[in-house]
Parts: sequence; structure tokens; C-alpha cells
Amino acid sequence: MFQFAVGPDRERLAGTLPGLLWVGFVLSGLLALGRTFVIERENDCWEALLMAPGDKSAIYVGKLAGNLLVMLTTEVLLLILFAIFFNVDVSAALPPLAVVVVLGTLGLASVGTLFAAMTASVRTREVLFPVLLLPVQVPVLLATVKATEAVLAAEPLAAYTHWLQLLAAADVIYLVAGILTFEFVLEP
Amino acid sequence: MKAQGVLGWLALVGLVAGVVMAFGIAPRELTQGNVQRIMYIHVPAVWVAYLAFLLACGASVGSLLTRHPRADEVAHAAVEVGLVFLGLNIASGSIWGKPTWGTWWTWDARITSVSIVFLIYLGYLLLRRAVDEPERAARYAAVVAIIAAPNIYLVHQSVNWWRALHQPASLLKAGGPTMPAILWLGILVNFVGFGLLAAYFVARRVSLLHREAQVAA
Repeated sequence: MFQFAVGPDRERLAGTLPGLLWVGFVLSGLLALGRTFVIERENDCWEALLMAPGDKSAIYVGKLAGNLLVMLTTEVLLLILFAIFFNVDVSAALPPLAVVVVLGTLGLASVGTLFAAMTASVRTREVLFPVLLLPVQVPVLLATVKATEAVLAAEPLAAYTHWLQLLAAADVIYLVAGILTFEFVLEP
Repeated sequence: MKAQGVLGWLALVGLVAGVVMAFGIAPRELTQGNVQRIMYIHVPAVWVAYLAFLLACGASVGSLLTRHPRADEVAHAAVEVGLVFLGLNIASGSIWGKPTWGTWWTWDARITSVSIVFLIYLGYLLLRRAVDEPERAARYAAVVAIIAAPNIYLVHQSVNWWRALHQPASLLKAGGPTMPAILWLGILVNFVGFGLLAAYFVARRVSLLHREAQVAA
């Protein structure tokens, strides 16, 4: 699909690759995130979550970890497919790329898990969830795309440190907010 | 009720003073001419909008901690009023951009980030609409408002690094404002007027929301 959208020009394709890669990550991530709490909702297990002993934020962290695992696995697969079909060599940039991907995915998943819990019971869940999540995620998306671009172009670390710092700051803010507010979301 | 009336009249006085400052006292700008007077709406509107979002964040924290419906009503009203003023900022900026930059719209850093903030808070109102039970809607909305406020800073920072055509902030920067005193005084007077108007709107909206809740109950 991306190949058709951008055309066969190699130069242009290389320039848009970081953006395309993250569009793929986000679209696949949205699918996973949106369904985080649907099983509980559909099977009336929400009360069971509430009755679980211990701090409610543990449920949040658990769900977040699950989402991270699913998303990162998908992203690894996507990355391999991208490398094959677009004929880019990512092996040289792999360690810094992994840092960017993990930080970006954490930002996406931390807010996504929280918002998924809210929209699980809403009738228009499929529409509302991305509409709510994507504008909030603009800083994370910009930072990841820019950092990925720099990493793939083999630029020195100093060229994109500020993006990594922004990503880390965003992750911390989202995580803390998620842990603190999750119990209010979980109430029936 | 009475305090609200007083606030309303104060807002009116503030607005009149703002108009007098913008059209009467402030000088005509040399290169842009009278178009530049849009600044007296454009800049105060965005400050007031962001103050409203800050208020919404604070009220949302209070709403989660105390579960008092009034706190939630304040947050709800503040977001609505903030959106109105942010919309005013975007619209006036667009009208100002056409004669000066030659375009209604450009993907410049600050325009982009302000529109994204606009979308985030539209999402807040959408969520409130979508959740049927008012008590649950209040909790969910509060969580969104709490995340959205620090996110404003992140949006601005990221989009700034991304690109910039808009002039950087002229007033709120290290080393004090560089524009003539009469201009920023005009902005300040209009800011106070807009702020009073926004406070009046929020107060009216809160009592309206309160009555809506009473009718629904």
C-alpha cells in the first residue's frame, strides 16, 4: 500500500520511510490497544478486576506490560518486513533504533492502555479511541519519527538526543499519570 | 448570582477598555497598518484559553479527589470556554495571516501545535458526550484533562523543534519583552478584559450545568 502511495522513487521512499514505519506501528498498535479491556467488558469480568486484591495500579501496569509485549512483537515483525520489501539495511542502526522504538511504544501504550479502559464500555469505541488518543500522542509520534529518521541516516547521537529526552519525559509523565488515575477509571 | 452579575459588568468594562487601547491609544503599526491590531485579540485569546485549560486540570484533580460535582462542572465549563477562546485565537490568526504572510493557513510550528491542543480538548468533550452515566463521564473526562495539560507543553516543544515560521514568543521570554510598552500594555489590558469575560462565561456555564444536572436527576 505504501509503495503505491509514495511511488517507486527510491530517494523519496527513503525520505518517507521513518514516517511510514511509524504509521504502520501506530495502526497495528491501535488494534492491540483498543481491545485491551474489551474481553473483560464483554464477559462481565469488570467486577472481578475491581475485586482483585492489592493496588489497582498493578492492573494498569500489567495490562500495559501485556500491550507492550504485543506491540513490540508486532513491530519487530513489521520492521523485518519493511527491511525486506523496501530494501533498507537496518542492521547497522539496530541498537539506537531499538531505544527509539521502545521509548515510543511505551509512550503510545501508556496513554493507550489508560484510554482503552475508558472507551471499552462506550458504544462508539472504535471511533472514539483513536480520536482521543492520536492528538495526545503527537509529541511522541513527532519525536519517534524524527529520531528514527536520524538513526536510519546514521547521524551521531547528539543530533537526536533532544528527541530522546522529549520521549523519555513524555513516557514518565504518561506513566505517572496513568498509575495515579487508573483506579478512577476502573470503577464501574 | 449577584457576584456573577458584577463579574459580567467588570468583563464589559475590561472589554471596552481593551477596545479603546487597541483602536484608540495603540499606534498604527508602520509596515502592517491597521491589520496589526488583530494582535490585541490574537495574543490575549490564547493566554486565556491556556489559563482555562490549566483551571480545567486543577478542577479535574479536585473532582477526582473530592468527588464534588461542582469541581467537575468547573472543569467542564473551563474546557468549553477555553475551546471558544482558542478557536478565536486560531480564527484571528488566520485572518491576520492572509494579508501578512499571504496565506490563511500554513503548517507552521505554533499554528500546528495550537490546533493539536484544540483537537485534544475537542476529544475531551466528545468523550463526555459518549459516556452515558454523568458520574462516569466526569471521572473519565477528569483523567483526560489531567493528561492533556502537561501534554500542551510537550506538543509545543516537539512541534517547535519540528519547524518554525511564526515569530517566536515576543512577550513571555527571558530578558523581557522587546516590543514598545504601549503595545504590550494594550495586550495586557485586553488580556484582563478577556480573562474577566472567560471567568464570567465559566461562572454562567457552571450554574447552567448545575441546573441541567438538577433537571436530569
